[in-house]
Amino acid sequence: MKQLSVEHLLGIKYLNKDDIDLIFETANHFKEVINRPIKKVPSLRDITIANLFFENSTRTKLSFELAEKRLSSDIINFSASQSSLKKGETLIDTVNNILAMKVDIVVMRHPNVGAGVFLSKHIDAKIINAGDGTHEHPTQALLDSYSIKEKLGSIKGKKIVIVGDVLHSRVALSNIFALKLQGAEVKVCGPTTLIPKHIESLGVKVETNIQKALEWCDVANVLRVQHERMDVKYFPSTREYTQLFGINNEILDNLGKKITIMHPGPINRGVEITSEVADSNQSIILNQVENGVAVRMAVIYLLAQQIKR
Amino acid sequence: MSKKVLLNSKEIEIILHRLACQLIENHNDFSNTALIGLQPRGSFLAKRLASILTNDYHVKNIPLGLLDITFYRDDFRRRDEPLEATDTQIDFLIENKNVVLIDDVLFSGRSVRAGLTAIQSYGRPKNIELLVLIDRRFSRHLPIQPNYKGRQVDAIDKEKVIVHWKESHTKDGIYLENK
Repeated sequence: MKQLSVEHLLGIKYLNKDDIDLIFETANHFKEVINRPIKKVPSLRDITIANLFFENSTRTKLSFELAEKRLSSDIINFSASQSSLKKGETLIDTVNNILAMKVDIVVMRHPNVGAGVFLSKHIDAKIINAGDGTHEHPTQALLDSYSIKEKLGSIKGKKIVIVGDVLHSRVALSNIFALKLQGAEVKVCGPTTLIPKHIESLGVKVETNIQKALEWCDVANVLRVQHERMDVKYFPSTREYTQLFGINNEILDNLGKKITIMHPGPINRGVEITSEVADSNQSIILNQVENGVAVRMAVIYLLAQQIKR
Repeated sequence: MSKKVLLNSKEIEIILHRLACQLIENHNDFSNTALIGLQPRGSFLAKRLASILTNDYHVKNIPLGLLDITFYRDDFRRRDEPLEATDTQIDFLIENKNVVLIDDVLFSGRSVRAGLTAIQSYGRPKNIELLVLIDRRFSRHLPIQPNYKGRQVDAIDKEKVIVHWKESHTKDGIYLENK
């Protein structure tokens, strides 16, 4: 019988191929569950989960919350903006206080890199990283791979280009780890100021011409331009970015093949991608959202399976 | 470890035909009845019964579904071995239908309990019956009894009933194994 090789989901880099396969197989079952008339199973009715969001989030938080509710777990929610953090409490104190309320699993998003790893060393609960700074966002990468697999049948040998702000993107890093692990070819494309130095050491290639990148790929995963993480100007203007790296129907129509378009959201419509492309039948953006719930149910279920009473 | 044959393939064949006839007696043409096999092992029996009903007794269009109960079990995290889910294939609503839950061996009754909860996700059945091939007496943890049973067996806790189907093994056979 199979179970995950890890005790927490801190990042894709700690997983192996079998873990990803197991998560996807389990997610298939949960996808069937969430399409039933009654979309709920009682598996986790004695599990309590704390969703700790030290950074803003809409869809990840909703998706986790829904996944937890579909599994019948009890939930407590926390967001930094309404908390005692403002009064100077440390991360460990905040989390230990929450754990004193007998919480089994912590889903955490934090602006600092490595917050999940740090927490996993100090507290006795399963940790799921829902994004740590510019480092990793494992569940997003899993749902992205799951969606590609669903659309194209497999990941192995497929060509995927990650377009945009790779430097600030935890989605990009987790996606690179996940896709390489499953045998895909990966390129990154964006302004050189937004491509990290030495990114080739992860086994990906760099392309600065969007036209060439799209001609090469089967799937384009388009990232959001993260204005809030940019302390200096990385490109002269949003308009110039759109002209050089924005994806529109004209570019796609001239490719001579249909590629799949993905976006982790939230979309800056008209900046990295036009509305027509985002809403077209080439885009699987809303499938990603649906799959997100199934994949997160699988991750929570598989980690909860390891909790012994 | 000793192994004893409880039923050979010939006896299984006779029992399956008897169970099929009993189902026809109560459900006539199956117009408002669905057979639901509990995954994974009950599905072999459910498929076999459906094929006997169709081929030998000419009952047409029997709704056959397979139900996975993994997420409804009450021993999640209490077992040493993790549970592995299987597919659920029910492409019809069971609202107001007569449902026959089908499993190979009835032991503690906990799988059936999980099946009773799981089936509610597909609507409110008119009534639910239970069909099992082997009913192990005196081993129940819950007040659950079968409506149709192939063979009743008195086995002690150390003994295990092993069911082989020709679809997954070389031939049909039911064995009693002493651990």
